[in-house]
Amino acid sequence: MSPVLINTIYIIAAALFIFGLKQLGSPATAVRGNLLSAVGMFLAVVVTLFSRGILEFQWIAAAAAVGAIIGAIAAQRIAMTSMPEMVALFNGSGGIASLLVGWAALYNVGNTLFTIITILLSILIGAVTFSGSIVAWGKLSEVMPSQAIVFGAQRIVNALILVALIYCGVMFAMEPTLNSPYFFAVIALSLIFGVMVVIPIGGADMPVVISLLNSYSGLAACAAGFAINNNILIVAGALVGAAGIILTNIMCKAMNRSLANVLFSGFGAVKTATKVEGEVKPMTAEDAYLILEAASTVSFVPGYGMAVAQAQHVVRELGELLEANGAEVTYAIHPVAGRMPGHMNVLLAEANVPYDQLVEMEDINRRIENVDVAVVIGANDVVNPAAREDENSPIYGMPIINVDHARTVFILKRSMASGFSGVDNPLFFGENSRMLFGDAKESISKVIAEFKI
Amino acid sequence: MEAVFLAFVLMLSIFLGFELISKVPSTLHTPLMSGANAISGITLVGALGSAGAGIDLWATWLGAVAVAFATINVVGGYLVTNRMLAMFRKKDDKQGGQA
Repeated sequence: MSPVLINTIYIIAAALFIFGLKQLGSPATAVRGNLLSAVGMFLAVVVTLFSRGILEFQWIAAAAAVGAIIGAIAAQRIAMTSMPEMVALFNGSGGIASLLVGWAALYNVGNTLFTIITILLSILIGAVTFSGSIVAWGKLSEVMPSQAIVFGAQRIVNALILVALIYCGVMFAMEPTLNSPYFFAVIALSLIFGVMVVIPIGGADMPVVISLLNSYSGLAACAAGFAINNNILIVAGALVGAAGIILTNIMCKAMNRSLANVLFSGFGAVKTATKVEGEVKPMTAEDAYLILEAASTVSFVPGYGMAVAQAQHVVRELGELLEANGAEVTYAIHPVAGRMPGHMNVLLAEANVPYDQLVEMEDINRRIENVDVAVVIGANDVVNPAAREDENSPIYGMPIINVDHARTVFILKRSMASGFSGVDNPLFFGENSRMLFGDAKESISKVIAEFKI
Repeated sequence: MEAVFLAFVLMLSIFLGFELISKVPSTLHTPLMSGANAISGITLVGALGSAGAGIDLWATWLGAVAVAFATINVVGGYLVTNRMLAMFRKKDDKQGGQA
């Protein structure tokens, strides 16, 4: 096939990606959008196979078969609660693929200095995406400690790695031979750098990291596109890179922090919140039932704890019982609840909660005074009034769901430990707060049982 | 000149990406992310070129491993996005899938 024809089909593929992303932005068209984008990918891959440059197919067939089987099985088997880990791993595999494409491009004859630089960039970004995603996966699946790992000389070590990276990169660019030790040093340093970038970022900040790594995986593909002079890689990679940056920005805004602040400071490293003291008011499932039974508006506020307890199905069941009882039921979702952007939405969708019952933070805050019962399930920081009131709190300034303004707040909590960031939460001592201790799933099941008597 | 032309394409694509995504309801953040992630598997196209060109055995190997990883990204990414989106439904739409 001629290069002109191939590039024409790449243009069609790019258009399909653009339409696909556009349609992914609305619930009504999202399924079609994903399909369009998949068709674009299929076209781009098939037409590439017919290009003149491809002479051998045996390796391609074997590798693609292995990849397709692994990808398909992973996509089918993964539990919705483990979605953040899965997305991290997919990001990582895209990153390492771009690294390898950049590396293989070294073997092309007649590389210019510009090409060498783009090869180095695709290796740097690809490696950071890969090792960063592996660390993110480790933290999310709790293979490694999920808190921020911070040590004194961290910034100095990072700066040294960067300097060494630039030095090796320059040395390699001056004399780009296939077996240059500087080249392998760049790969190794980039991988280490990826680890260093992600370890100081802790549990509750994970949504930022995941969307940032998503952006990097696009930028890595984009750099690889420059290395091999391929338009479709540049266009598609840049689209993904830009989309990831926007999501990252939304996450940062939802925490009232700058990206630099998330990346370079471990959570709660500097400030210590004013300790709040007070008495919590525990209640039994029966008390909860009596209050809920009389309520006419109920809003559930889920957090990561709901995912851990796998409580989304019982929450939906309770929601349906309350609706049958004549109450108006909503689910209020904070943008950074959970461990990735939109985590709670996916879990509730899995439990068959219609998406029009999910309300965003601004909407629920506008009418929170009229909510009879706000049920907080495994959320902590995103409902912590200290973010509004206590200037010493590390999360001061973060927009929260003002559940403390609801008429009654139920807080489902395993025990009286503080949330992820170690911040004391004055909500627990509020006048209108009632604590329901125990596993969220069991607690809700008990309330449901009361309804059914 | 070629590099300048590619940089031009890059700049336009980035602006387009910003415009496309700027208003997305938070319900769709996860599917959007995994859908975009699948698109970043476009690096597969580059990997195919390296794996099939037959220039050098080592380059072929690098390309083949890249093909495997990129295919995981593409196939897994699109399937998992589709699986998630199939669960989103509107009220009184008991079937799901359409949403």
